[in-house]
Amino acid sequence: MSPPPSPALPASGFAGRGLACRRGERLVFAGLAFSLAPGGALALTGPNGSGKSSLLRVMAGLTPPEAGVLGWDGASVRQDPAAHRARLHFIGHHDAVKPVLSVAETLAFWAGMRGGRAVAPALERFGLAALADWPCRLLSAGQRRRLALARLVASPAPLWLLDEPLTGLDSDAITDLAEAIAAHRAAGGLVAYSTHAPLPLDGVATLSLIDFATRAAA
Amino acid sequence: MSAFRLLVLRDLRLALRQGGDAAMVVAFFVLTVILFPFGVGPEADLLARIAPGILWVTALLAALLSLERLFLADWEDGSLEALALMPLSLEAQVLAKCLAHWLVAGLPLIVVAPLLALLLHLDAAGYPVLVLSLLLGTPTLSLIGAVGAALSLGARRGGVLLSLLVLPLYIPVLIFGVAAVEAAIGGFGVRPHLLLLGALLAGALVLAPVAAAAALRQALE
Repeated sequence: MSPPPSPALPASGFAGRGLACRRGERLVFAGLAFSLAPGGALALTGPNGSGKSSLLRVMAGLTPPEAGVLGWDGASVRQDPAAHRARLHFIGHHDAVKPVLSVAETLAFWAGMRGGRAVAPALERFGLAALADWPCRLLSAGQRRRLALARLVASPAPLWLLDEPLTGLDSDAITDLAEAIAAHRAAGGLVAYSTHAPLPLDGVATLSLIDFATRAAA
Repeated sequence: MSAFRLLVLRDLRLALRQGGDAAMVVAFFVLTVILFPFGVGPEADLLARIAPGILWVTALLAALLSLERLFLADWEDGSLEALALMPLSLEAQVLAKCLAHWLVAGLPLIVVAPLLALLLHLDAAGYPVLVLSLLLGTPTLSLIGAVGAALSLGARRGGVLLSLLVLPLYIPVLIFGVAAVEAAIGGFGVRPHLLLLGALLAGALVLAPVAAAAALRQALE
């Protein structure tokens, strides 16, 4: 499971030590540590409100942690936030899809912002190739989710942070996502995701947020 | 620079496809200016005297009208979250969004302003300076407005809050914009007023993206 909290960061991969997160008045978790080696996958589990999304937002750098450090290859990510942004993909609850843009335009924009161009292969990977010219307002919730996930493949980044990636996906899309993650890991990529349903992946470490929950509201 | 251009182009494309904002801003500008001759009477001398003020105040309110949506739509659909995690700094992204906003909501005002000035019997000497002062002043309106739009994200009735935050900061632009046109009509030097408008723009270019980006990060936490 998770290693005991220690200040030392591993020399390679993504890790956190002594992390705590506050949402409003509530300390969601404290003393949390995790390690993710190259090629590794980490599943965040726990009941609703246990801080899975909060941890992913801390990992992405959207929310500063109340305490603790995040490290990449042994160096704190605080030292170079721009480099951290450049190395991660974060897919949150919202799909970041504009109704008036077409599927291909949406993906080309998000990939282009990261200097990526692999729009057609990414659409192919998530079964959206036939919908490339559709305006996004015609997409179903599951198709919008696929489009959000296609951003992962359209521009390369070593760290994937996925918040409930399976929401709205059918079994084909879940298989597509599992294949994409497997290919990503085979190339040395890292992935952390929150989920209630298991993803068909090998060698996934599990981090149960309930172990780090704090009852005392500070 | 290409991510910057990509963001400007995306915002322009969204504005043109949704079609609402640019048309609404210009329609508001035209209709409001047309109301004044009805309100104060068609007397040419009076209209000519208050024309610079009418045009500037109305342009300012028209620019304000579209500002609320500058970050709101991106915030609601999760795009802002994703944008904040892009390699391009949030400050540069704010600048890109302001540029797109100005092209959609500022530039059309400058194009129709001389036509409306004609309606208000503005003195012929005022036209070039009116356009020049709007060219220097309206980008400042977009930039200052971006700070207000970022700060009012997540607030209920954000539009009202935005007006309260932003209108006091618009006053210097209004004063020097109107003063420049009146100086031109009165035969005085317009250079100091235009230089001050330029200084406001230069200051806003540097400070507004930093302030707006800080407010956006706060909103995303």
